[in-house]
Amino acid sequence: MPSFVMTEKCDGCKGQERTACMYICPNDLMKLDRDRMKAFNQEPEQCWECYNCVKICPQQAIEVRGYQDFCPLGGNVIPMRGSDSIMWTVKFRNGALKRFKFPIRTTAEGSVDPFKGKPEADFNNVKKPGFFNLTEVRKF
Amino acid sequence: MELETCTFSYCQRPEIIEVEADILLIGGGMANCGAAFEAARWATPKGLKIVMVDKAATDRSGAVAMGLSAINTYMGENDPKDYVKMVRGDLMGIIREDLVYDVGRHVDDSVHLFEEWGLPVWKRADDGHTLDGAQPAKKLTEGGKPVRSGKWQIMINGESYKVIVAEAAKKALEFNRVGTGMAQNHYERVFIVELFPDANDSNRVAAAAGFSVRENKAYIFKAKCMLLAAGGAVNCFRPRSVAEGQGRAWYPVWNSGSTYAMAAQLGAELVLMENRFVPARFKDGYGPVGAWFLFFKAKATNSLGEDYCVTHFESSKAKYGKYCSDPHKLGTAIRNHMMMCDMKLGKGPILMNTHLAMDELAKTMDAKQIKHLEAEAWEDFLDMCIGQAGVWAAMNIDPSKTPSEIMPTEPYLLGSHAGCAGIWVSGPDDIAGAPKEWNWGYNRMTTVKGLFTAGDGVGASGHKFSSGSHAEGRIAAKAMVSFCLDNKDYKPTVKKTNDELAAELYLPFEIYEKYKNYSTDTATNPYYIRPKMLQARLQKIMDEYVGGISTYYMTSKTMLDAGLKQLDLLKEDAAKMAAADLHELMRCWENYHRIWTSESHARHILFREDTRYPGYYYRGDFDFVDDENWRCFTISKWDVQNKKWIFSKRDYVQLVPD
Repeated sequence: MPSFVMTEKCDGCKGQERTACMYICPNDLMKLDRDRMKAFNQEPEQCWECYNCVKICPQQAIEVRGYQDFCPLGGNVIPMRGSDSIMWTVKFRNGALKRFKFPIRTTAEGSVDPFKGKPEADFNNVKKPGFFNLTEVRKF
Repeated sequence: MELETCTFSYCQRPEIIEVEADILLIGGGMANCGAAFEAARWATPKGLKIVMVDKAATDRSGAVAMGLSAINTYMGENDPKDYVKMVRGDLMGIIREDLVYDVGRHVDDSVHLFEEWGLPVWKRADDGHTLDGAQPAKKLTEGGKPVRSGKWQIMINGESYKVIVAEAAKKALEFNRVGTGMAQNHYERVFIVELFPDANDSNRVAAAAGFSVRENKAYIFKAKCMLLAAGGAVNCFRPRSVAEGQGRAWYPVWNSGSTYAMAAQLGAELVLMENRFVPARFKDGYGPVGAWFLFFKAKATNSLGEDYCVTHFESSKAKYGKYCSDPHKLGTAIRNHMMMCDMKLGKGPILMNTHLAMDELAKTMDAKQIKHLEAEAWEDFLDMCIGQAGVWAAMNIDPSKTPSEIMPTEPYLLGSHAGCAGIWVSGPDDIAGAPKEWNWGYNRMTTVKGLFTAGDGVGASGHKFSSGSHAEGRIAAKAMVSFCLDNKDYKPTVKKTNDELAAELYLPFEIYEKYKNYSTDTATNPYYIRPKMLQARLQKIMDEYVGGISTYYMTSKTMLDAGLKQLDLLKEDAAKMAAADLHELMRCWENYHRIWTSESHARHILFREDTRYPGYYYRGDFDFVDDENWRCFTISKWDVQNKKWIFSKRDYVQLVPD
């Protein structure tokens, strides 16, 4: 179900060096056409449909159209990702709609402080099983 | 054919950037995110420099890029020895029990960290109902009860799983960067494609070369040790959907076998590379079935309503079925086999009876609870395989009313999910009974000095999944710190000059620029092959000769011999790949890695003269499980000097009693 970019909505991330979709696509598929200042999916047959471009686009200019190998036209799945939850709208070919909302994280974005409250590494344990914060593990 | 070389006569020479580190992390998936976190705490006070290189953006790279709806490895109240038994049963009796046990005894700490960092974990309320991960409940470490969809699995709201894990990893890298005074230690959109031995020790890794997929820059990373964890291998075989649907691979489409190929080329021993995974998934969308089977208790049947796991049980057990993940159920591979028995009899389509399962659960639930249950069912897709929700929407499938087709996919090679292909590594040193070949030094180090692996890279140790890969990355990272401290004075050096390395990386550019004007259309040109066509040829060879979908996963010595001849020619042609831009250069190298991985897979299947993994592949000429001769590890090694594969057997040892 390759992603596609809606011409009217895409602003090419206002001419920045790279667009949000280019930044995030795990498979390097999104490309900016600098003449038109519009992004596009340069290799739709390599699209995993992970929706990361759809979720990140600040203009909500990206959607996904079903892989035509096996998907009839007419349905779509659209996310709205917030900072702590995501809303999904699933539209069926017959027009039926389903909406879901799921939590995505319980802490504020950017708030992870990985070593706060964690012990220092004890080099007496460096050759033993366990982690810097987990000195006791089961013995076989 | 004449060999092409790159002298930058036609293509632009890239800027060459050399980076020195102590610990190089190749890949930014779960394993290396775990490694970054663990290594930073140990390495920073010792002044050891950690550098991560990721082909994509670490927030959304690797197999968890889309998210996940469950963490499949969490011990909780279970004994890791029982985990070893389950993994052994599911992988047909041959695993490294030391490695699996080691994952089992470490994994929960990673899961606890995920929850601490903000991953919502479902909880079981006192009244038995489920609470999603945002509702107030005790954390796992405080005695909160997870919602088990199976003995080892716990449910999560995992849309942002990778983002959360990456945030901790990036912060840890930053902690190390500041602490050791580096200008940069996290490189995104840089694809490592070749590893190089030390100039003075051919069995020691010294450098990794790659290029930016964004700008004309080549990178040479020199390090004391490296963690090569760049995922499994996808799209080596012709997929069931060959047009734009080939992107909808079950495993991430960008996993191109780089881990196995780069390790093999350096001369590291590989193990059980004949193993593959052929998941039975919802047809075409490849959406997960685990939650439907385990959590909703749905049953799969043929279209006549017969349960193939009942009708073919006795015959399959008699033929292949010594190994069971539990006493009443044959392993994943043999369940595939039983499904395919019915498919070959024309009793398909095979159906997951979602509607019957929902009906059954509705008997004990009110309308509100049913609505909640329906949302949970959809979340299973929306968290980790959104495409499947799209297929159901396009087909007007309401799972509470209509069953859905399931189908075995094309084969995948991996070491962290329900498969165990990979690299031979040293294990932990405190496991009584483990033979000396299992432990010769640093935990998770390959047979190449300084080269470590984790996640999909470690062979003979499947069923780690996301959490186990993270924990294994941490195990490896700690061992790497130890390695650095023991090798303080080592300075990596390579024979080749940086210029020579850059010329190798950019060869497909040189070829393209040299010949592109020969024909009126750059797509069709007798002097080169574009990576897309190379991939199509690889997939056709693997599918038709090495047991892909077109032969119902059947192969034999004669078929493999024929396929390997064609692979040899393809490998030669790979030296004539052409790339018009950086994106295509990435595809060239990915497919080069796919060829090496595929060849290793084919040669391992040829070496092993039994059908160890029925339902995943069959040797028509040895269509049985032969424990007497083949309950052993198969080891391959690319002899770098003489340019040939060397195969051997290595003893399997059972450490955990039945």
